[in-house]
Amino acid sequence: MDTILQLLLKGISQGCVYGLIALGFVLIYKATEMINFAQGELMMIGALIAVTFTEYLQWNYFVAVVLTVLATGFIGLLLERSLLRRMIGEPPFAVLMVTIGLGFVLRALAGMIWGHDPQELRTPYSDAVISMGDVFVGVSNLVVIGGTIALCIALFLFFRYTRIGIAMQASSQNQLAAYYLGIPVKRIVAFTWALSAGIAAIAGILFAPLTAITPNIGFSGIKAFAAAIVGGFGSLPGAIIGGLAIGIVEQFMQYNFGKGLGDTSAYFMLLLMLLVRPSGLIASTQKKKV
Amino acid sequence: MRFVLKTNYGRDIDIFKHRAHASWYFLLIAALLLAPLVLDVFYEKQLTELFIWAIAGAGLMLLTGYSGLVSLGHVAFMALGAYIHAILYSRGWPLFLSIPTSALITGGIGVLIGVASLRMTGIYLAIATLAFAMIVEKVIAHWPALTGGHSGFRVDDPAVFGYSLDSSTAYYYTCLTALVLVFFGVINLLRSPTGRSFIAVRDSEISAQAMGVNLLQTKTLAFALSAGLTGLAGALYAHRIGFLFPDAFTIMTSIMLLMLVVVGGLGSLHGVIFGAFFITIVPQIIAIARDWLPTGIAQSGGLEPLVFGGVLILFLMFEPLGIYGRWVKIRLFFSQFPLYRKKTFLRQKSYLKTERVH
Repeated sequence: MDTILQLLLKGISQGCVYGLIALGFVLIYKATEMINFAQGELMMIGALIAVTFTEYLQWNYFVAVVLTVLATGFIGLLLERSLLRRMIGEPPFAVLMVTIGLGFVLRALAGMIWGHDPQELRTPYSDAVISMGDVFVGVSNLVVIGGTIALCIALFLFFRYTRIGIAMQASSQNQLAAYYLGIPVKRIVAFTWALSAGIAAIAGILFAPLTAITPNIGFSGIKAFAAAIVGGFGSLPGAIIGGLAIGIVEQFMQYNFGKGLGDTSAYFMLLLMLLVRPSGLIASTQKKKV
Repeated sequence: MRFVLKTNYGRDIDIFKHRAHASWYFLLIAALLLAPLVLDVFYEKQLTELFIWAIAGAGLMLLTGYSGLVSLGHVAFMALGAYIHAILYSRGWPLFLSIPTSALITGGIGVLIGVASLRMTGIYLAIATLAFAMIVEKVIAHWPALTGGHSGFRVDDPAVFGYSLDSSTAYYYTCLTALVLVFFGVINLLRSPTGRSFIAVRDSEISAQAMGVNLLQTKTLAFALSAGLTGLAGALYAHRIGFLFPDAFTIMTSIMLLMLVVVGGLGSLHGVIFGAFFITIVPQIIAIARDWLPTGIAQSGGLEPLVFGGVLILFLMFEPLGIYGRWVKIRLFFSQFPLYRKKTFLRQKSYLKTERVH
């Protein structure tokens, strides 16, 4: 029982990270129908910027968090303005390849700037452990879960009640109609990129205390991708649910059948989902007719 | 400009458009046949590698460039081809039997993916193949009894009827023969009804179906052929590197293959050769450039991915038709010399082509 609870908590916190990265994928997909393969790399950049602020510059943790999110969001904005805006109207495959190339470039640049040695992000809660009976839970894990819940609520309120949030929904539903209604779609798309990079940064900051940070942690973006598809591409709650499903299954498979099966379980789930129900757990897209 | 007088419809699908066209290719083949007489071992090995990449590239080009199905996981087929061949060969199968067998088995696995691909479109297919590649990589790493796992698998030296092909020259000719056969086959496939139905499916699935093309059959065949060719390249690659380990076939190799077809020029077989040339020569150029760069950048392991990623982005933004597209433009410029118009190749941009309805 205790082991199950422990695994469940670990799976949920890991799943929250996948879910947050997946959220970034889905946001960009909904707004532009582009798939940003560099989302995992944006998370990695976010985590490394946070390390720079807290470790090298010795800033206060909370100030560093806010500045990291802003800085990463700005990077997302720059990427959209410089690269992705030129790709509007190109075939989806070309856009996908551009973001793959972008992932390579970001990873290489991160390796040049921060080096390939594992780094550690120290937080005020790094070593704290809470024990409930026989179950020991790192506070870091709880912070991931809490942070994800808070972010989801904030995003929900943002999309529901703010003008820009509603404009984002409108332009994702029908770009041309949004143009006609006077919504500055290009600016909205740029803002979406900034927002999704900012979410990636938050995912990075939350994830960082659970692991050692190297330029290669961006590869967990592929698992997040599986999360987005399992949850139903194009659905925001779906992304989080898919992330949780993958995180939990991964932990249990790893515990029961070893690391090999644990690592691949995300991909098995992805393939299974694509074969059985390609629209995902929460379907938001319909099939296009002719 | 040259005007070709066509006296029957068959000439439209001739391999060579005219005599001069044919003679250039025979010159090229003659040059490649004579090359080992004058080249260093180093260049011989580089050319062999180029041939192997070109075979794998032809496989992916058939799928992505001609059938419009994107695969992010082609490295899986390459790894399967390499491992199946190495395992069969180590168990005493003759070389000329185990290489085709590995290509056939890989093609068979391609059929499975192809059947599944009918349910998915575009990006979803790309992701599914990516997941497939991840699984294959992990299976190879975690099945040491068969594949040697992370400690690797030694590939025996290639030999046919007791005659060793291990010398770089003998292997050069082996790969060259394979490449010429593959290209001859693919060129002929593409001018046959089957090949043209691939192109029809790429351009519009719905109109292809309306014209009587069986989607399931066509897509499955495309996947099977593509996987088989890539498996063949994998089997040849196994002898080229001599030692197989899971890290030789990572997702990076998949992306390199995609880069090969994109940079070379999607939808052209010339592009495959240009692309293979590109991915074999760039690491050499980087190795030379390292001496000139500041040590901080030169010693960092990320230089190669940086250059590859950067070049890929630049090509997609400024020359989506790849090196071959650029070559066509240059050729047209000279053949129409003072009358060349830039707008001939104007790219048409469109509004967001949505794949969903609301």
